[in-house]
Amino acid sequence: MIENKKYKNSYNFAFIDESTKKEVRRKLLKAVAIPGYQVPYSSPEMPISRGWGTGGLHVTLAIIGPKDIFKIIDQGSDASVNACNLREFVQAMTGCKTTYDTTEATLIQTRHRITEEELREDQILVFQVPMPEPLRSVERYEYRTRQMHGEADYAKMWVSLYESYVRHGGIMRGADYPVKVNGRYIMAPSPIPRWDVPNLNQAKTLYLFGAGREKRLYAVPPHTTVEPLEFEDVRFAIEKFDSLCYKTGYRRAFLDELYLDDGSRQYVINDSNFLDKIEQGGEVKPFINPYIQQIEL
Amino acid sequence: MSALLRVRNLTKIYGEPGERTLEQTGPEWNSNICPETDSIVACAGVSFDLYPGEVLGIVGESGSGKSTVVKLLYFDMEKTAGSAWLRPYNDGRTNMLEASGQQKRYIRNHLMGTVYQNPRDGLNFSFSSGGNIAEKLIMAGSLHVGSIRERASFLLEKTEVPVRRMDDTPASFSGGMQQRVQIAKAIANNPPLLFLDEVTTGLDVSVQAKVLDLIRELQQELGIAMIVVSHDLSVIRMLTDRTLVMKHGRVVESGLTDQILQDPQHAYTQLLVSSLL
Amino acid sequence: MNIVEVNQLSKTFELHILHDKMIPALHDIEFDIAEGEIIGLTGKSGSGKSSLMKCLYRTYLATGGEILYYSRGGVINLVKASDHEIIALRRSEIRYCSQFLSVIPRVSAIDVVAEPLARTEKNRDLARSKAKDLLEALGLPTALWDAFPVTFSGGEQQRINVARAIIARPRLLLIDEPTASLDQRTKDVVIGLIRDLKQEGTSVLCISHDEYTLERLADRRLHLQSGQITHAITESI
Repeated sequence: MIENKKYKNSYNFAFIDESTKKEVRRKLLKAVAIPGYQVPYSSPEMPISRGWGTGGLHVTLAIIGPKDIFKIIDQGSDASVNACNLREFVQAMTGCKTTYDTTEATLIQTRHRITEEELREDQILVFQVPMPEPLRSVERYEYRTRQMHGEADYAKMWVSLYESYVRHGGIMRGADYPVKVNGRYIMAPSPIPRWDVPNLNQAKTLYLFGAGREKRLYAVPPHTTVEPLEFEDVRFAIEKFDSLCYKTGYRRAFLDELYLDDGSRQYVINDSNFLDKIEQGGEVKPFINPYIQQIEL
Repeated sequence: MSALLRVRNLTKIYGEPGERTLEQTGPEWNSNICPETDSIVACAGVSFDLYPGEVLGIVGESGSGKSTVVKLLYFDMEKTAGSAWLRPYNDGRTNMLEASGQQKRYIRNHLMGTVYQNPRDGLNFSFSSGGNIAEKLIMAGSLHVGSIRERASFLLEKTEVPVRRMDDTPASFSGGMQQRVQIAKAIANNPPLLFLDEVTTGLDVSVQAKVLDLIRELQQELGIAMIVVSHDLSVIRMLTDRTLVMKHGRVVESGLTDQILQDPQHAYTQLLVSSLL
Repeated sequence: MNIVEVNQLSKTFELHILHDKMIPALHDIEFDIAEGEIIGLTGKSGSGKSSLMKCLYRTYLATGGEILYYSRGGVINLVKASDHEIIALRRSEIRYCSQFLSVIPRVSAIDVVAEPLARTEKNRDLARSKAKDLLEALGLPTALWDAFPVTFSGGEQQRINVARAIIARPRLLLIDEPTASLDQRTKDVVIGLIRDLKQEGTSVLCISHDEYTLERLADRRLHLQSGQITHAITESI
């Protein structure tokens, strides 16, 4: 293999050039200033295709510093192919230390989960977002959804929840459950399970969302009120598991359904680092919210 | 008694009008297209007062601008010029046509209802009929599924739609039933003003009669003021107290409905009345 | 005191679709109606009786002159008044009863009669019970009360028409041939009902060809010929 030494060392720190980073950061500032509002941004070309985590990567690379300790999870796992590749890329482009340990990391990029362990003020969680527009299912035209957000005209969204109740007896949204941020904008929390939604509310951590293909950034700053949409008499609920983690006997975590070799069905903790820590008898400090507290131990 | 709705000089022009566009269009010119600029005067200089509980008819042939008038007042279109004051909105002190989008939405949801000729314009066919009514109730701030369903059932009963079909989409309904769902939706928040745009056009005669009866009963019971747009003089005769006759975008005559029908003054109205079957 | 003063009233129809043909209908009409007075309006057909009545009700727009009406709220010129003023007067004070029943289809007889009162009183049950009383007095078979008047005979329709006109006790009643197709007994009932109204102060302008009715009703007669009043007779009852 021919090694291209000329270009190997000429990448800018964190791959993206400084002026583009500046643009992304500026848009991030705006996103933080208007919680839940979708800010359009440049979404520059990356060495991976749009829709494969580029939005999250743009945010990560725009804000990462040499002293950051980076963690990346995909569906709760540090070890999925997507997570491994992106981790390697960020490590190669920044030289930053990487980790699996949720508490050690200062910057975490995620696809479809929030960690089970509670995040702190000095950490940032970056979401990879496929569909940033929560109103897309009820309104196909972008100019109309922008107008609806502008005027807080969310009746159609509510009607779709009403319809879901009428047809299925409940609000049937497994992931990407729409939330209202700071009493104003309705936001798509990216396809995190309902389990994670209460952990967006009044969190200590800054949550940043990047949608590369759709070219949108948005944010939930620390200590912001985030409420799932619910009717007075049809409430939001998190997933119920009729079992516990077969490896650890743990109950208060988001569980994956597994089919074992003998054909039996089991549940296991989805967050790989959390599972490791519990299995090793380490100390964990999970998110606590009223929904999780209702689950009997 | 003061007017519920005052409309002055309501005008809608498509294209770029010239200085003499208004002078060179209208019934005297037998056209609503400006000969100099080709701009189209959909309606111009329409003024009237509507009193609480009054039913006003607007009659005219297709393209006369009658639908444009209600579409401008319901904010489905942007006016070119003109003013409209609705008494329950800011005590009738603010020209509602100049209001912000958010304010206009408030007015549409709380103070007005509309029933379109084509049910697809007024209803969302991917929602159930109950959901369509729910949309209006939700916009007015109701977020309780139980009470939304209760109110929707009440409204459907009132408009004679079988309540057991509340959770079906209007796409599976007959034309007359779709119109009834539209009416139920339009009156969901007890608005003081209702627009009815050719609501019976295209329906079978017997269905037409039932829809008209329903509208008349609701009007008497709830005392809603209405603007009824129709090319059909028998609909106008049955429903309205007062009538505006429009041609080529202008009001050519206005008066009490029985006077318009029995002693029409303008040549066009005389022609219209004499064409009545 | 007068309730109506008609001065130099004229009406000409201009038919644009017949090359602006002019058809004169009324010319220089002058008369008053006093409070509680019943005026019989007579004349051959085509003499302008109905046109005059319709001018008073504003179904026809008069071409010239004035009709001063002394309403509860003050004097109003019915020729020039705004549509809204006329609508208000029609709801509360002036009632017109045409020769032929023209009502909204698919409404039961009882509701047709009750409707004017239900509008002013805002009480449908009360209005319906008064309507029943009237229909009973007029001898309309009870089987017909819930039927649609469109299918009724001429005499039955006439009774509905009269009942509808008087139920809300108007101040001015314009009534066209109230007894034309009625039997003797019903005719007397109608005459009685109109006289009851008069006792309460209602003024009536009544078109009739029927000498029996005119004799018992009219305080005074106006005779029209080719759109002009030829002579006025005062009767004493």
